[in-house]
Amino acid sequence: MSAPSYNFAYLDEQTKRMIRRAILKAIAVPGYQVPFASREMPMPYGWGTGGVQITASIIGPKDVLKVIDQGSDDTTNAVSIRAFFAKVASVAVTTRTREADIIQTRHRIPETPLAEGQIIVFQVPIPEPLRFLEPRETETRLMHALEDYGPMHIKLYEDIARHGHIATTYAYPVRVAGRYLMDPSPTPKFDNPKMHISPALQLFGAGREKRIYAIPPNTEVVSLDFEDHPFEVQRFDRTCALCGAAGVYLDEVLTDDKGARMFVCSDTDHCECRQAAPRLAEGA
Amino acid sequence: MTPRNTPLLVAQGVTKYYGERLACRDVSFAIHPGEVIAVVGESGSGKTTLLALLSQRLKLSAGSVSYRQNGDLRDLDGLTEAERRRLQRTDWGFVHQDPREGLRMNVSAGANVGERLMATGWRHYGRIRNAAREWLTRVEIDETRIDDAPLSFSGGMRQRLQMAKNLVTHPRLVFMDEPTGGLDVSVQARLLDLIRALVADLGLAAIIVTHDLAVARLLSHRILVMKNGEVIEAGLTDRVLDDPREAYTQLLVSSVLAA
Repeated sequence: MSAPSYNFAYLDEQTKRMIRRAILKAIAVPGYQVPFASREMPMPYGWGTGGVQITASIIGPKDVLKVIDQGSDDTTNAVSIRAFFAKVASVAVTTRTREADIIQTRHRIPETPLAEGQIIVFQVPIPEPLRFLEPRETETRLMHALEDYGPMHIKLYEDIARHGHIATTYAYPVRVAGRYLMDPSPTPKFDNPKMHISPALQLFGAGREKRIYAIPPNTEVVSLDFEDHPFEVQRFDRTCALCGAAGVYLDEVLTDDKGARMFVCSDTDHCECRQAAPRLAEGA
Repeated sequence: MTPRNTPLLVAQGVTKYYGERLACRDVSFAIHPGEVIAVVGESGSGKTTLLALLSQRLKLSAGSVSYRQNGDLRDLDGLTEAERRRLQRTDWGFVHQDPREGLRMNVSAGANVGERLMATGWRHYGRIRNAAREWLTRVEIDETRIDDAPLSFSGGMRQRLQMAKNLVTHPRLVFMDEPTGGLDVSVQARLLDLIRALVADLGLAAIIVTHDLAVARLLSHRILVMKNGEVIEAGLTDRVLDDPREAYTQLLVSSVLAA
């Protein structure tokens, strides 16, 4: 057997430099979608090719990586991306939010507040928040350039007209640093407030659409709304069935075929930590 | 209605070539606040091109279009893209022949009417909805249809909805491209009545492109007759239709039954 035919973290160094340049530009212009020459990755589009390319470009041998899929560390997508980097970059991996340097996510933000120095990488399917209004890329770019964002409220208007409240629950549009309109990827809107003035760097990669954008640390992120229908996050009228946490995002899990169900933390690491040290968690 | 002495929009030598082909040559006229001008002519005579040039949807090959804003007449060629868009969605209206071009067919009637309001900074759902309801009533659409998409509307309703969508910001000038084209005669008559009433009530200036001389007779104060991209005759509507000077205009008038 000859030596492995790939570079550290899979991508070759020129590609990483190209992606790093795009990332730097994205950080310099918060919320702006920077085009980049997205590469074929050894996984299908829609499985996080954009996020994986960003992670591969910024990860170093000493970094610790955490990968979550809808808050969970143990689903197929999370496990395979984690295994991918353990193999091609030989980096340490973890499920603990506090221990991670880089967290790649589809699409939750962990319940444990992120800290300065951490980087969260989002996998993005459709980066353009205006796409449903305007199918032409030339036109949406012009709308961004001119800050022509009024029509975005049509979607929210339609929600209220149909449902009596803003029924958009994920990919909820935000204004970044008072300028660019941004799709925060299909994160539940529950996580939108966590993006606001976050001490961590937030990077977004869309592999198929070939776009990278970013929210630098401590940047203002405001969710769109109406004066008489202000932005609200989802509320749960119960606590996690496993750890008893309140005020966290819960998943509904069916437990048999007779309609029994339970609500548990979507963030598995958060839940496990609380179960391991219940008293500590209650105090926190 | 007596046009005041200060013109709202002035076209001077408006010319457009598509490559080598001439579409519109040396058209000059002025429109005053509250005035309605009809542009008539056979198909291919450059009417729609002229409308697109005046409304800044097409770039002029030569000539200029000026518009009065805050008391000053300003050449529109100097507008930035942002200013042009603001003008088009606040002070102007554009009614397309095919309402599908002017409406968002899959969002509700209320959102269609509210779009311009939201685009100009309205952020209060209740007020946007009230304005939409008021305008639907004014264009004779039952307000219970406010949450229905125009896809479910008839052709006449779509055209009236398009009027409401344009008028909600109280524009001073409305461009209309064959507003009654493709509608059956009774619906046409109702729409014409509505347009006439709205234009009079709101003191709108309007430039209406039509091939239908009856529409021109009913709505307009003045007429421009176009042929091969040039205006060959212009004047008061009654004068042009009752006493056409140019041979082509005479042909046009005589070819219509009881215009």
